[in-house]
This record gives sequence, structure tokens and C-alpha cells, in this order.
Amino acid sequence: MPPLAQRNLFHDKVRLTVTLTGIVFAVVLIVVELGLFVGFTKTTSGLIDHSNADLWITSRNVPYIEQGVAFSERKLNQVRAVSGVEDAEKYIAHWTQWKLPNGSEESVQIVGINVESNLGRPWNLVQGRVEDLKNPNAIILDELYKEKLGVTRVNQIVEINGHRARVVGFTHGIRSFTTSPYVFTTFKNAQDYTGLREDQAYYILVTLAPGANAKQVQYDILAQVKDVDVLTTPQFSHMTQFYWMFTTGAGVAVLLAAVLGLVVGFVVVAQTIYATTVDHLREYGTLKAMGAPNRYVYKVIVKQAAISALIGYVLGMIVSAFVVHASQSGGAAILLPLPLAVGMFFLTLIMCIGAAMISINKVTRLDPAMVFKG
Amino acid sequence: MQPAIAVRELKKTYAEGRSGVTALRGVNLDANAGELLMLMGPSGSGKTTLLSIMGCILSATSGSVRIAGQEVTGLNQKQLPAVRLQHIGFIFQGFNLFPTLTASENVELMLDLKGVRAIEAKKRAHELLTQVGLGDKHKSFPTDLSGGQKQRVAIARALAGEPEIILADEPTAALDSHIGRNVIQMLSELAHTRRRAVVVVTHDSRVLDFADRIIRIEDGVVASPDLPERMPPAGILPNGLPQSIANLA
Repeated sequence: MPPLAQRNLFHDKVRLTVTLTGIVFAVVLIVVELGLFVGFTKTTSGLIDHSNADLWITSRNVPYIEQGVAFSERKLNQVRAVSGVEDAEKYIAHWTQWKLPNGSEESVQIVGINVESNLGRPWNLVQGRVEDLKNPNAIILDELYKEKLGVTRVNQIVEINGHRARVVGFTHGIRSFTTSPYVFTTFKNAQDYTGLREDQAYYILVTLAPGANAKQVQYDILAQVKDVDVLTTPQFSHMTQFYWMFTTGAGVAVLLAAVLGLVVGFVVVAQTIYATTVDHLREYGTLKAMGAPNRYVYKVIVKQAAISALIGYVLGMIVSAFVVHASQSGGAAILLPLPLAVGMFFLTLIMCIGAAMISINKVTRLDPAMVFKG
Repeated sequence: MQPAIAVRELKKTYAEGRSGVTALRGVNLDANAGELLMLMGPSGSGKTTLLSIMGCILSATSGSVRIAGQEVTGLNQKQLPAVRLQHIGFIFQGFNLFPTLTASENVELMLDLKGVRAIEAKKRAHELLTQVGLGDKHKSFPTDLSGGQKQRVAIARALAGEPEIILADEPTAALDSHIGRNVIQMLSELAHTRRRAVVVVTHDSRVLDFADRIIRIEDGVVASPDLPERMPPAGILPNGLPQSIANLA
């Protein structure tokens, strides 16, 4: 086919610019909103997803990680006695107060771990080592929250819930979905910082023995340990994500903004492609008079939409990449995983071709006899 | 030999208000291969309606139209484009070229519709443009061509489909008299040397002497059929004009 679609599209540079601007705007808006959604979702369950645990043992009906209810640490031995459990460790994730240099207080989430174990450790360390937590009152926090917590350097002494603490390292990119930064420390320190009794814990993290059946171990723990829930890491992760993203409405708001981007993009693209089609209506009438079936004309219009989609997508993703990169140093990370990037391409294509359908409807009803009218 | 187009008792009424407007009231005519037939008549007489129905673009209210022996009045809007594509080439008053395509690409578009492969289409488009004297203009866009050149591109495009029938609606209306005569001369050559049935709707009395037959339409009926009846020998043009088209403006 002669390049009618391309020529019609590129002939009017102003209209092409408007079309591409509309698509780029829609792509960036959708990518940013969906990227925020993905980023928020991953952030809510970051501690769980990076825990290296196979199972999480919680008090009954704990809906999400920040809402843990303390239980007796004697359950730890009961859990370790269950067949198929290779390792089990006590774990704390709980809010407490951090005293700022100016005397005011900031809420933080203390994460207490067994440093000797591989479970629940901080990740992405950029300064210090996890083993440094063995030092007295040692804590590790994320460099994103240095300013917020008034921390400038390693070895700085701070106060948490009336207890002395010393910064021994920094992580990078461990965000908290709430405004309370995570502060990693030993289980014992965490008990002190959160005011938890010495014989209590909030969670038990379990590693399964090689070849153990997770469902069977879950069942056995439930049978042998009273008043607990046993969740796989993905189950607890999804529960936490669902709570924060949908029960609170935060995720719905972000998704609505993404839908809004889609609608705005659709309208702009539909309007410009419709205007382009109307401009070339006489040509389409000539094509039909020459004997072109409707599908031939549709192909020209759909091709225009597809070319617009492709160019708009590429430009949109370039802009989005800058936005995503810039967000990494901020409090809310925008993530752009490959499935989102690929899915966005098809969404852009569907949006543009869907918009072209409005024009196709106009061409379908076009009377080829118009070619004889002057 | 059957006529290329046979029209019998053709009526057309446009729905307008309660009564409607009757454009054709029972037209009978034949258009034969190898002749240039001109349809004349005042504005609103029904010439263009007749041309549209003969071109399978418009449906008749009643009557019969046979294209190359095939009855087309009962065909639906999905079947009619195939008839147009197979049998009919159009030439329009306003040229109706695609402004964003080159002269060659305008012709290639018709060949693409006929299913000709791109490389072959390019070659044939160049040949056709050479035949109408535009071999050196195949890369030009319509905006860079004169009115006569545009109409010759339109003729090349119409010929690309190798139709038995060429229907032209006021093909000289937008051209000056010299160029208009040259365009009609070209159509006359097509009729006589390539045995096409060429039907031209025109108001232009300056080109009437090229007609093999003139049919005058008035108030939706044939008012004066077959004037003036004559059929020049193949290859010989009226008025002694040269056959060569290479020097057309």
C-alpha cells in the first residue's frame, strides 16, 4: 500500500504535534500513576518480601505487618519443634518514638531481628554491615530519612523512646509506606525501644527444611501452636498490600488517577485523529468510489493511529524514564517494571486504535457519491 | 456485442420531505466499447445522478443497469465496490488526487487496490504516467502540477485498474480550453484505440466535437438521443488534432 497513512499523519505537523502531545501526556500520566501504585504496593510489603522467610507466624487475625499483636516467645520453641521447620526466629515490627535533635518526636517503625540469622535482615546497605548491629544499641536506617530524623553520619548517637541508640549503617531505598521510617536493630534492642516485654515477640519467621511441604508445615504449626495464624510470605505480603492499597483507599486514588490519564489520552487522541480523518474525508470518499472496500480505508486510519501510538509511546517512555529516575531520591518511588512497560505499549495501542474507531464510524457512513459534488 | 453499460427504465427519487425529488424518470441508454459518449444537460437535469448510478456509486430506485452484462441494481453496498474496482475507472471534475502522495503513488494506490505487488505497481505506474506524458513528473506531488497535469494523473490512475468503462464527471471544468480539449482528446484516444467505453458528463460545448454520441438529459429523461451519431476510425481523431499526447500542457 502506498504510504497514505504515514503521509496524511506527517503532512500536518501541528496536528501531529498535538496528537503526540496527547499520547505522551497520557502515557506519562498512566506510567507515573501505575508506577506509583506498583511502588506503593511494593513498599507496603517490603519488609515481608525481603525477609527470606517461608512462613510468618502472627497472632490471630493480624491484617497487616504494622498491626502485629505481641505473643509469648515460648511459641518459638514450639514452632522449632514442628517437623519441616529448619529455622525459626523472633521478629519485631512496631512503632515507637524517635527524638529529634530539636527535642520534638518523630514516629519510626522498629524492626528487631536476630543478627545471627538470615531472616528479616536489612538489605541494600550502602554504609556499615548488618553484623555491626551486634554492637551495643546499634541501629541501621535508610539514607532517605537522614534529614527527617536529623541524622547526618554513622556513629551519631540518637534517642529512641527514651533509650540511647547509635547509628552504625545506612541502607538505600528501603522506604516505608507510612511516614514512619524503618529502624533496624537487634531483637533485644527492639524490645527496649518498643517497650515490649522480654518474653514477648510480634512475629516468628520460619524457614522450611529442604523438601518440606509448606501447606503441611502450616497445618502442623496450627495444630501444635495455639492462637496463631500461619501465613506464607506471599500470603502475608498480599494481605498487607491489600490493606494499605484498598482498605485505606490510597491505591484506589492512584488507580483512579491512572484511569483519568487513560481517559484524557483517549479523548485527545480521538479528537485529533477524528479531525485528521475529517480533513481527509474527500480522499476516503475517492478511495471508496475507486472501489476500495471499507476495510481498506479502515486500514489507513488504524495505521495512522498505530504509528501515532508507537511514536507517542516511545516519547512517553523517555519522559517517564526521567520521572522514574528522579523519583528514586524522593520519598515515593515510582517503579517501572518490564511488565508495566510492555503492558503500557499495548494499552497505548488500544487507546489510539480505540480512538480511531470513532473516525472509522464516520468513514463507514461516508457516501462515495460525495466525490461528484464539486 | 453487448454494450459495456446498458441502462433500462432507470428511475431515481431522492427522499426529501414527504414527496421526494425525482432525478431520473425512466432513462434508457447504452454505452459501447470503443466510443466516447457525452452526457449533456442543464444543471439539475440528472446527468450526475445517472453517472453515479452507472458507476455503481448510487443505487437506483427502479430500473436496470447492466455493467459488462452483469445486473448491478440488486447488489448491496458490500458488493458494489468490487464491481467498481473490476470494471470502472473514474475521472473527477476536481481531480480528486491524494495530495500527500506523489503522482506515481496516486497511480500505485489504484494498483494496490487491484492487488498488484508494490514493485510491479511502481513499474506500471511509471509506464502509465509516461503514456499520459508525465514520465518526468512521477515524483511530483499534485500541488506541484498544473491542472492539466493533475487530470492526466487522474486518467493514468483510472487506467491503472484496466477498466472497460471510464466515467468522467466534468473533466474539463477546471481547465482552460486548450488543456480541456487535450484531455478530452486523450479520452477519445482511449475509447478508440483501447476499446474503452468512455462516458463524459460535460457542460463544455468546446469539446463536443470529440463525441461519438451526445445524449442530452433534461428533467430526468433522455431528451435527444444519439446526437451527432458518428464513429471515427480507430486511431483517427476529430478536427485533425494530433494523436500525440506528449506535448500536452
